[in-house]
Amino acid sequence: MLIALFADMHGNRQAFEACLAQARDFGAQRYVLLGDFVGYGADPDWVVTTAMELADKGAIAVLGNHDSAIAHPREQMNIEAKVAIEWTRGELGTAQRRFLAGLPLRQNDGDRLYVHSEASNPASWIYVTSTAEASRSLAFDPAQITFCGHVHRPAIYSMSPTAKMTAFTPTTGAAVPLLQGRRWLSVLGSVGQPRDGNPAAAFAMFDSDRRELTYCRVPYDVEQAVAAIRRKGLPRWLADRLLIGQ
Amino acid sequence: MAKPLHEPGVMLDGFRLEEIAHQGGMSAVWRVTRPGVTTPMLIKVPRIGEGTDPAAIVSFEMEQMIMPRLTGPHVPKCIAVGDFAHQPYITLECIPGQTLYPRLPGLPLPYDEVAAIGVKVAQALDDIHRQHVVHLDIKPSNIMFRPTGEAVLLDFGLSHHDQLPDLMQEEFRVPFGTAPYMSPEQLRGIRNDPRSDLFALGVLLYFFSTGVRPFGERETIRAMRKRLWRDPVPPRRLRPDYPPWLQEIVLRCLEIEPGWRYPTAAQLAFDLSHHDQVKLTARSERLKRDPFTTVLRRRFNKELIRPNRTALATYISSSPIIAVAIDLTEGSKATNDALRVTAERILATLPSARLACVNVLKQGRITIDFTLDEFGHNKQIDRLVALKHWAAPIKLDERQLTVHALEAIDPATAILDFARANSIDHILIGARQNSLLRKLLGSVSAKVAAEAQCTVTVVRPHPNSQDEHAPAEGGVKLSSTG
Repeated sequence: MLIALFADMHGNRQAFEACLAQARDFGAQRYVLLGDFVGYGADPDWVVTTAMELADKGAIAVLGNHDSAIAHPREQMNIEAKVAIEWTRGELGTAQRRFLAGLPLRQNDGDRLYVHSEASNPASWIYVTSTAEASRSLAFDPAQITFCGHVHRPAIYSMSPTAKMTAFTPTTGAAVPLLQGRRWLSVLGSVGQPRDGNPAAAFAMFDSDRRELTYCRVPYDVEQAVAAIRRKGLPRWLADRLLIGQ
Repeated sequence: MAKPLHEPGVMLDGFRLEEIAHQGGMSAVWRVTRPGVTTPMLIKVPRIGEGTDPAAIVSFEMEQMIMPRLTGPHVPKCIAVGDFAHQPYITLECIPGQTLYPRLPGLPLPYDEVAAIGVKVAQALDDIHRQHVVHLDIKPSNIMFRPTGEAVLLDFGLSHHDQLPDLMQEEFRVPFGTAPYMSPEQLRGIRNDPRSDLFALGVLLYFFSTGVRPFGERETIRAMRKRLWRDPVPPRRLRPDYPPWLQEIVLRCLEIEPGWRYPTAAQLAFDLSHHDQVKLTARSERLKRDPFTTVLRRRFNKELIRPNRTALATYISSSPIIAVAIDLTEGSKATNDALRVTAERILATLPSARLACVNVLKQGRITIDFTLDEFGHNKQIDRLVALKHWAAPIKLDERQLTVHALEAIDPATAILDFARANSIDHILIGARQNSLLRKLLGSVSAKVAAEAQCTVTVVRPHPNSQDEHAPAEGGVKLSSTG
């Protein structure tokens, strides 16, 4: 089965649309949405509505910290993220807010685990940025492969049967075999706000039969997404950073 | 995981074990058959049990990831891979014949034979480097040859793939390799430099041409580390008749600083196959090792070998071999000038590139061609001189420039063959300006552009800079204002 995985859409309609179209062209049979549908971007309502439609058709979705902040104003965030969330609250309809509030923190699917951030304590929203967090996350849940987001920079960690950890930055378009002898944690790049210096939208395709994971990048109409953020009067940096992928 | 019993006749995922081919410390290799498959096959099964070296398992995992991704004649074809969750194995095409290892008692070999082996292995390295892999364990027992002549590289258990997690690096952080062949940077834990393979090939060429290993064969870290600052005894010291070109090539491969070696395996193969045009530097004449002061400076200079952060593809794309096809007949000046301008533009951005200037003398199908013209001139030498003259304004280092006078009935085929044999990355060729000739003889550039396996740029002079003797019809004749 071909699984398309998306993380950190952050209200960026242009980027999400481009990734969904690409995944459809690749023949995706299942959609997995790893949280942070809202925050930062100018089209949160469209992005959540699209996620709801996908979920109706069988997509798996989990909660991100920005999604959680819609209902829980006390989530820790920087000032720009706070401003964006306050604005987003006034954009989302009842159904959309209810959808976000009902999302699980973690979701198992066969030998895979989907979660927004580090899995052992997902409500703390810990970033997986090194083998230390990856190891803690993998130790918590026995799933062979964990997929998460939150960091906005692609990475693949593995744990050998002797609990040795490895880290790797994947190359776009090069399929990585997730060998069965070890356990893996895949950190996805961000659909709506990439921070690895490449402004193209990021998602991933996992072929569960061949057990191969491919990180994908899609160019999209960044200017339009930037213009929309500026039009809504959101913090300028949220627009500018999309242009440079930071 | 059930531990399967391995003995002849046992079926392993559809493969029937026939006989054991090799029993190593890390794995066992069996000859296998499968109904309906005629290709001779081998299956490699790791030894797993109490006390197994964890490196053996990781190295097997690396091969499981890398082998299915490699293609072409320079690797054994990967037929199937079995996972660790069930039964780990790799089924590979069985290459007939022997490795270079049994040749060891017969060393040293004749120089030409060593060079011929070097060309083939360098071409194989070029191929796997272009597939994002650094082998990191080049040695005689990992090299075989197909009946068609191509070198085949074996055992990718220590290799690095630029687009896959490097499990060896991450888990162990100690150097892996074979002591006599390991490059200085590999000893320092750097695993992503393709020039490490050129160093190992340099060791092999030195060994095969002198019968002596340049850095001995001691395996202690202390003994191996000496190569970080101590250069080997120049081969000419060991064999007075050692050809200077071979010493130049071998010692350049063995440079301590990777940046002083050949930039790519293709460029090494090129020098080995055109050794009459190798630039002979002081390296080629050396009879002694570097003086003590130099060694001492290296010993305490930590800067000399810095970690390499360049992606594999970047090396190869920044050090291409460019072939330029030059027509030396009358009336080609404007085209040749335009070719030079184009070549200069490309070379200006790529200081490690090299330029091969090629001229093809068209031979008659029936007539017998003589090397000497009616005045007793050697035409071949005239053409080489003319090619050098064409290239002179570009002011290339001797090391970057070679000239080649070919003879063929069909010039396009000759250029295509040259490009294939020399791993040319880019061909520059002029469009035939004279439309009558093109009509009569066909277009060489069109055929080259259509059939080449590399990039081809067809160059045309500006319409206002007509070739002499070939004014364009209806062209405006410009009067000189100088």
